[in-house]
Amino acid sequence: MSERIVVDPITRIEGHLRIEAQMDGDKISAAYSSGTMVRGIENILKGRDPRDAWAFTQRICGVCTLVHGIASVRAVEDALNWEIPPNAQLIRNLMIGAQYVHDHVMHFYHLHALDWVDVVSALSADPKATSELAQSLSSWPKSSPGYFSDIQKRVKSFVESGQLGIFSNAYWGHPAYKLPAEANLMAVAHYLEALEWQRDVVKIHAILGGKNPHPNFLVGGAPVAISTEDTGNTALNMDGLMTIKGVIEKMQTFVDQVYVPDTLAVAGFYKDWFAKGEGVGNFMVMGDFPAKGNNDVDSFLVPPGIIMNRDLSTIHDFDLNDSSQIREYVAHSWYDYSGGKKEGLHPWEGETNLNYSGPQPPYEHLDVDKSYSWLKSPRWKGHAMEVGPLARVLVMYAKGHEQTVELANYALKTLDAPLEAMFSTLGRTAARTLETKIFADNMMDWYGSLVANIKAGDLATHNQKLWDPADWPSEAKGVGFTEAPRGALSHWIVIKDQKIDNYQAVVPSTWNAGPRDAEGQAGPYEAALEDRHTMHDPKQPLEILRTIHSFDPCIACAVHVTDPDGEELVQIQVTG
Amino acid sequence: MSQLKRNNSQISETFVDHLEQHGVSRRGFLKFCSSMAAALALPTGSADVMAEALSAAKRPTVIWLSFQECTGCTESITRSHTPTIENLIFDFISLDYHHTLQVAAGHQAEEARDMAMKDAYGKYLLIVDGSIPTKDGGVYSTIAGRTNLSMLEEAAAGAAAVISVGTCAAYGGLPMAKPNPTGAVAVTDIVKDKPVMNIPGCPPIGLVMTSAIAHFLTFARLPDMDELGRPKAFYGDSIHDRCYRRTFYDQGLFAKAFDDEGARKGWCLYELGCKGPTTHNACATMKWNEGTSFPIESGHPCLGCSEPNFWDAGSFYEALSVPQGRVGETVLKAAAVGVGVGVAAAALNRSNKSAAVEGRETMTVEDLKKES
Repeated sequence: MSERIVVDPITRIEGHLRIEAQMDGDKISAAYSSGTMVRGIENILKGRDPRDAWAFTQRICGVCTLVHGIASVRAVEDALNWEIPPNAQLIRNLMIGAQYVHDHVMHFYHLHALDWVDVVSALSADPKATSELAQSLSSWPKSSPGYFSDIQKRVKSFVESGQLGIFSNAYWGHPAYKLPAEANLMAVAHYLEALEWQRDVVKIHAILGGKNPHPNFLVGGAPVAISTEDTGNTALNMDGLMTIKGVIEKMQTFVDQVYVPDTLAVAGFYKDWFAKGEGVGNFMVMGDFPAKGNNDVDSFLVPPGIIMNRDLSTIHDFDLNDSSQIREYVAHSWYDYSGGKKEGLHPWEGETNLNYSGPQPPYEHLDVDKSYSWLKSPRWKGHAMEVGPLARVLVMYAKGHEQTVELANYALKTLDAPLEAMFSTLGRTAARTLETKIFADNMMDWYGSLVANIKAGDLATHNQKLWDPADWPSEAKGVGFTEAPRGALSHWIVIKDQKIDNYQAVVPSTWNAGPRDAEGQAGPYEAALEDRHTMHDPKQPLEILRTIHSFDPCIACAVHVTDPDGEELVQIQVTG
Repeated sequence: MSQLKRNNSQISETFVDHLEQHGVSRRGFLKFCSSMAAALALPTGSADVMAEALSAAKRPTVIWLSFQECTGCTESITRSHTPTIENLIFDFISLDYHHTLQVAAGHQAEEARDMAMKDAYGKYLLIVDGSIPTKDGGVYSTIAGRTNLSMLEEAAAGAAAVISVGTCAAYGGLPMAKPNPTGAVAVTDIVKDKPVMNIPGCPPIGLVMTSAIAHFLTFARLPDMDELGRPKAFYGDSIHDRCYRRTFYDQGLFAKAFDDEGARKGWCLYELGCKGPTTHNACATMKWNEGTSFPIESGHPCLGCSEPNFWDAGSFYEALSVPQGRVGETVLKAAAVGVGVGVAAAALNRSNKSAAVEGRETMTVEDLKKES
């Protein structure tokens, strides 16, 4: 009888994720993805002030902090036809851009890298050779033999203490680690440097949103008023602008001189991972970074679009409001639908009857023939879709976005890999790096536009016109969407008598991590693990971690709840 | 207290070697300890005591459990600039279980936790973020097939002390907001027989978390706390009392809209819904992200996120119904009659704060450094 591997907790992610993998010899024959935590934020939102919703939904996730805040204020603005001033748009773009760069770099170094980098191996590196390696890859100044020697001493002392802390009981020495000792040492140094670097990046959020994590937002614009004084009054004064400029320069430098070269260097040793972990082969992008308001999708830096079956020659359109397109299924989720567990419902018509039917804890295995996750299974026209960096890079590439084409071709040429290699675990990880550079490079343009507006005397950051709920129609509904670091995110809101009557979110990690649907179609995580994965040692799930981490899971919450009378109140399905 | 009078030169050479082995210069390490002592408003000389305690040959075990949470608290602790998270986890503690940072997953992760609890039974520090769902047997959040409740009870049994980081672990937070769909509760609703400190906030300031941890490592006990279990050094004053915009409140100068002339001049946000007067936290003094800004400085009313039940306290944009008096004074008086540990530290802390309140000045970490 074949073994069923359980990996729970999946660590180095956001949230609570469990993977069960059915083995056929050393191959994974079937994989099951389960979100194991719910909070019920949707039910909590019912009856509250729509202007407050961003703060609640933002707490869905503190890693991709801000994305639910953005989607939420956009949903309310869409419902009420509430336009925001150009400065507010630029401030949001700067905040979303900073989030991307911060989140992707931290994911690479602190969540994903140790799937590829053997910390213990770094002890046997030659610091001089490490220095030569680093200098051959980049002009990043922290690359002297003495620098790497110091890092190595620090690691050595740590390892010899016998207390390995976050590195304890891990997979060191596993044959799947392929990097030379010098590359491992260099990566460990950059792990530490990235921790330091990220503390500066978030200063953009601190200035524009008051704090990070969980910066503040405002329906109708941005909360931070612009002060034309050098110092004082508000954080967005001339000093604040200079700080933002300096941080953007730091972001670009680190991405260009550390993150991009490291990704390419590490990838070069793991090219076999270009040939597995594809997933479903369908990709969805809702689009983001508007230049002329959220309704003008042609002005978006990241355009919306859908790719089916790897076919980059046709980009399909989609309609969020067409009830036949996006639907959510609960065939294998811990929810019931009144029409039966086999039907799919558009989020507007979604039903949400929470019904845990899994094994009583403590348990060894989930019953994967029945329901096995708190996540639903969203589908577009019945198809499972992957969202996230790979989807964005593919859509931008297919649409001919110049920098994307240039960067992707450069990376593929450097790694001697065909375009098809992108449909893989490593392709997903590489796409994340490439788009980080694109967004980092655009930061200075948004900054420049903001400064130009201020110089021209435009200080508007908030459209006060609809601030008083008494001026709202008695009923309204809207959709807000954003491209979160982990993919397409959409929030739907129904407002009745100035209060939230219904609130829903369909979230990136729900698209990617959801369980099978009524047709038995696997979600992207599951499909990716079922694509040519062999395990060297089923007790050491390194291969599973590589592919799951390539999606950058964010499993904060997935909830559809009813009120105590059993009547449907609100629906939301949320993960980060 | 004699220990507190030692000076730097008395720190042993072994200790210096130890630091160097860790790749930390003696100077850098002492600076680190001074910053922490300053942040905690500890008396003169505390930095040296801290230096010795933290340089112990065996790094104290810390086990961090994440339940109904969003990982914002973990993200926030990585933002602490001094001490940094890398200082803590590589040099001063052994963080043996932490979902977001640890390399091992699944069985290996659980085994690491089991081993750490066994090896340091009765001595380890337990940190919790996120609330604990109790409804329907706790099925709403499981790790490794176990409920959060059973994992917390097991881990708390062998802990020397527990720190609840974030408002969810401290007071139930967002999951407990009405109608509390999963029966979420706070750590103190479960753990009754161990010292528990609350570091609330959504999330808390990273520096507050690292400093509170360092305090425990140094003195092997929790710092002086208020009636809500919060360390007074950071939660002793209201945001309002320490806000740089307080002077506008006193003059009756209020922003009436988010980008009106008053907003651009940094006038008080009271009428736009600021909860600063009823919120106790260090945002107005330490500020966020290396002193860069805090919500009010960036034009948004304080949400009140370090107070219990702040999610259910009305709209964030609704002005508080009653103008607030000198809230800070009341709190200080309450603190003054309270009994607690760390008396010397607390006394110094209180006197600094009293002076600041009287003078209506904002006191920063830098000012505290000068004091200590």
